[in-house]
Amino acid sequence: MNATLTSKKESITIYLKDTFNDIGKVTLFATRFFREVLKPPYEMKEFLKQCYIIGYKSLPLVTITGFIMGLVLTLQSRPTLAKFGAESWLPSMVALSLIREIAPVITALICAGKVSSGIGAELGSMKVTEQIDAMEVSAINPFKYLVVTRILATTLMIPLLVIYADAIGVIGGYIGINIHGDVNLYRYLSQVLESITFSDIFPATMKTFFFGFFIGMIGCFKGYNAANGTESVGKAANSAVVTASLSIFIIDMIAVQLTDLFL
Amino acid sequence: MTEEQKIQNPSTDSNTAVIEIKDLHKAFGTNEVLKGVNLTVNKGENLVILGKSGSGKSITIKCIVGLMGIDKGEINVFGTDITKLDNTGLNEVRVRIGFLFQNAALYDSMSVRDNLGFTLKRHEKDLSEEEVENQIKEILDNVGLVEAIDKMPSELSGGMRKRIGLARTLILKPEIILYDEPTTGLDTITSREISELIIEIQKKYKTTSIIITHDMPCAKLTGNRIMILKDGVIHAEGTYEELEKSEDEWVRSFFL
Repeated sequence: MNATLTSKKESITIYLKDTFNDIGKVTLFATRFFREVLKPPYEMKEFLKQCYIIGYKSLPLVTITGFIMGLVLTLQSRPTLAKFGAESWLPSMVALSLIREIAPVITALICAGKVSSGIGAELGSMKVTEQIDAMEVSAINPFKYLVVTRILATTLMIPLLVIYADAIGVIGGYIGINIHGDVNLYRYLSQVLESITFSDIFPATMKTFFFGFFIGMIGCFKGYNAANGTESVGKAANSAVVTASLSIFIIDMIAVQLTDLFL
Repeated sequence: MTEEQKIQNPSTDSNTAVIEIKDLHKAFGTNEVLKGVNLTVNKGENLVILGKSGSGKSITIKCIVGLMGIDKGEINVFGTDITKLDNTGLNEVRVRIGFLFQNAALYDSMSVRDNLGFTLKRHEKDLSEEEVENQIKEILDNVGLVEAIDKMPSELSGGMRKRIGLARTLILKPEIILYDEPTTGLDTITSREISELIIEIQKKYKTTSIIITHDMPCAKLTGNRIMILKDGVIHAEGTYEELEKSEDEWVRSFFL
């Protein structure tokens, strides 16, 4: 009995040690990013390439999910609003829900799955096959070339993808409304735009920069620090998705609290 | 040294030490891999390091380029202790050193042209696109693979990858080249071709090299001198012929 308790204590201690160790490493990694980001040379070509891969190549996925989000939200909300005779509020409700919460979180989660895992696997495989070491021995800063460019690209592209998802979601909502009714597009858009204020858009957009930063940073951290062996590439990708997704929820929770406090 | 080797291996300058390692110690946790390695490589010399797997051969050359930190000791490259250099100083030394990785470590996402151009463009910023292209073609010609210029690494065979890796190493015209198992995983004929290429490079570019290998024909062909690593220290040193006739049975077992 005592032996079991001791071994449990030991495993908890090891778990806590590992967790704090990881937090320390992530902090150092992020600090290095901020130290290197302003230092020349700037890897502009690689940054633009990453923007293309992360932003443009994610458009089909974001289009489909954004459209479905708007459509489903409208179809699901309609019966409840109809019960209270508030069907006319449907465009405003759909737009507000999408812009403030659903589109940023869902788009960020989709990108955590697609982008963070991709970065984790790519850098992990580069690490395992000594490509990162090859850059380093060629006197090229791999952190600047691989990590800084990717984190900057996700930080910039995720907010743009969210704004795009907002727009597509609103279109999905319009189609959803017209499945059971007949609403003029001009009237629908007027109602949507009337209901949105600065305090809806600003905090929702600001938090997406943090989503983007963490998606990129966690993917890069997991890949860049992958252990040797091909198994670690899969682990890096998997761990990147899980950690990035979790961090999105945590950031969202903090953002909502701060929005309530200040706006 | 045999007559064949005398012809193939260029003479070395035994007076000028290009790499000098003193009392190198390196441990991973409780596992002490290097326990006081001392070695000197002279200008223009090809030094082969032999040893069992896990004896710390690759770690030794990774320490020379600063890929791994050391626990104790001194690594003098071109007369500078690289363990005391900051990143900028280390990069200045690294530009003068080429490193051929075991699996060539070609950048998967880039074509052969970009693999070579990537390094060159970053260090020779004044070169025009045409000059870069010419230099890439010239180096590829030296390793006999000009036709592979537009290929992706995934389209190359093991031997071709090694050659392209070597070309990428040569593009900055390094004074030192460190080869980490250059013939591992290759057939006998390709292994010999790579070994001959190492000799050709030594002659043409007057490079100083350390070659880590398990391939005895490669060691015989390319090495001016051989060192054997055992239990974290240099256990034996000499020419191929001297070590082949060593009184130490363990040393002789490498040459069977």
